[in-house]
Amino acid sequence: MAKIASSLSKQAGALLNWFDDRLPVSAFWNNVMTGYMAPKNFNFWYYMGALSLLVLVIQIFSGILLAMHYKPSALEAFASVEYIMRDVEWGWLIRYMHTTGASFFFILIYLHMFRSLLYGSHKAPRELLWVFGMFIYVVLMAEAFLGYILPWGQMSYWGAQVIINLFGAIPKIGEPLTQWIRGDYFISDATLNRFFALHVIAVPLALLGLVLLHLVALRENGSNNPDGIEIKKNKDAEGKPLDGIPFHPYYTVKDIFGVGMFLILFSFVLFLWPEAGGMFLEHDNFVPANPLVTPEHIKPVWYFTPFYAILKAVPDKLLGVLTMGASVGVLFLLPWLDRSPVRSIRYKGTWYKVLLTLFTIAFVRLGLLGMAEGTPAQTWEMRVWTLVYFMFFVLLFFMSPHGKTKPEPDRVTH
Amino acid sequence: MKKLAITLFLSVLLLSLSSLTVSAAGGAGVEHSGANIGDTASLQRGAKWYVNYCMGCHSLDYMRYNRMAEDLELTEDMVMMNMVFSNAKFADTMGIAMHPEQAKSWFGKAPPDLSLIGRSRGADWLYSYLLGFYQDENGQWNNTLLPNASMPHVLWALQGIQTPVYRQETSAEGFTHEVIDHFELTTPGSQSPHEYEETARDIAAFLDYAGEPAKLKRKGIGVWVILFLVLFTLVAYLLKAEYWRDVH
Repeated sequence: MAKIASSLSKQAGALLNWFDDRLPVSAFWNNVMTGYMAPKNFNFWYYMGALSLLVLVIQIFSGILLAMHYKPSALEAFASVEYIMRDVEWGWLIRYMHTTGASFFFILIYLHMFRSLLYGSHKAPRELLWVFGMFIYVVLMAEAFLGYILPWGQMSYWGAQVIINLFGAIPKIGEPLTQWIRGDYFISDATLNRFFALHVIAVPLALLGLVLLHLVALRENGSNNPDGIEIKKNKDAEGKPLDGIPFHPYYTVKDIFGVGMFLILFSFVLFLWPEAGGMFLEHDNFVPANPLVTPEHIKPVWYFTPFYAILKAVPDKLLGVLTMGASVGVLFLLPWLDRSPVRSIRYKGTWYKVLLTLFTIAFVRLGLLGMAEGTPAQTWEMRVWTLVYFMFFVLLFFMSPHGKTKPEPDRVTH
Repeated sequence: MKKLAITLFLSVLLLSLSSLTVSAAGGAGVEHSGANIGDTASLQRGAKWYVNYCMGCHSLDYMRYNRMAEDLELTEDMVMMNMVFSNAKFADTMGIAMHPEQAKSWFGKAPPDLSLIGRSRGADWLYSYLLGFYQDENGQWNNTLLPNASMPHVLWALQGIQTPVYRQETSAEGFTHEVIDHFELTTPGSQSPHEYEETARDIAAFLDYAGEPAKLKRKGIGVWVILFLVLFTLVAYLLKAEYWRDVH
């Protein structure tokens, strides 16, 4: 027995050597997994990145299977989705994986971005890492918007109508631009067909490229950590960070646990609550698209509503679109707006905790108001929270260089 | 500190979720139906009422007879003899012969396909809608949930005819107007009010099922998936703890 085992392992080693002579397999594994030293004090917030990757894989996998049965045609799209839900073996499971995955993607990305606000992960030398991440976020929004039109329900149609019309606010080129996007004078079969092409090929390719850049930029400087201090400052005799542990096996086993916890939550929604009370799958979208009947209450899916509320808060259409654009655009500048000498909220002092709390409440509240019917009182509330949203960045810029800080420790804490 | 940050964030989220439930509710006049798609007998009765009273006008274009038979524990003979009134085959979808163009010229608006009405409106709304028909002073059919609906009360022979009793209401601005206080059953139907509620509940349950036939099995599968994942996560946790013993 032992003989066979040792001979097998010898053969496996020979095979690996064969590959290593032709492709840097072991070197790559060592570089990104076993030789990569990660800070040992990661907490809850540090699961989101790996889990986002998992959801990306789920979306690609389920998306390919959906594309095998879906028909990107205005006449057949709605019926083909119902065909998937009823006649395709396990079709309902595939579709719910994709719809639940879309919403969970945004939940994870929002938590992932919030982690950066907590621990200053966007600060030097990780500015590009943050900027690539922001590009991923924007491209993901495009991907979600394009995908949302595909079921060809009432909300698909009218939601797309509202969002495409935003481009119409641009002076002079607005109207021709919307026509160019739609490929028609109104949202039609041509629009659906091109959105399908963009959703399944163009945007996913861009997304994968950006994810790769994001990961390469991450590995260049290594992860930040909840204390926001560089673990590379304290190294042992061999040159390894004292507070670092090899990514594999430590964080791979930890992430397996994280994946388990996540999948429990994911499966709960997928199997027991796929509509999430009309948040993940909207009731009106079970009515086929009808260009002649406008739904009573048009609203985007929950992950767009904070920005939709900012749009609605401004009375002028062009100004509203610009303000909404600025609310996303300002996030790109975060690494340069946060001029604090320390990274982590742990050492930033009360001023930052107050700012971040207000910002978080503003974002969540705007999200809720963006779903609401829009009474005059709600419009005023949206204006207040829009102001709070932008004031976070303004105050961060002016307060961060002078704001009180606590001394950072030399080594990471637990 | 990290505890504080997490609690802060989660409490904000929870707070906001509580106000969400308001927007998710069905709206005014929607009563709790008690429709239960797990009750096969109720689904069978609902299917019977549906094909007899609703399917003259409302198709179920995405629902197949054989799928319904399988899910509702009906045999092919039972379905073909009692529920198919056209020359449809067992594996066909539950379509109707009426052409949408004709329907539009007859009714003003083509009666919609109801395959997904259970998903867009929900069982409670459907139940309340079926209970909400009344005859106004001019002898016209109307409905509390869908005022001036073009649909007549197809089930009137079962429920009978109810007429509204109005009361005066004064608005905040001081205007008085009439609102419906309650209904009076002026002509009794073949069913008692309680029996009719049961009928409405059965139809609502059937349409809830027809909206998503997979719902019958999905929950049962989900419980097993989650149980497996809990076990998996427990093992993963023990593995993690074992690896991490030497860190710190």
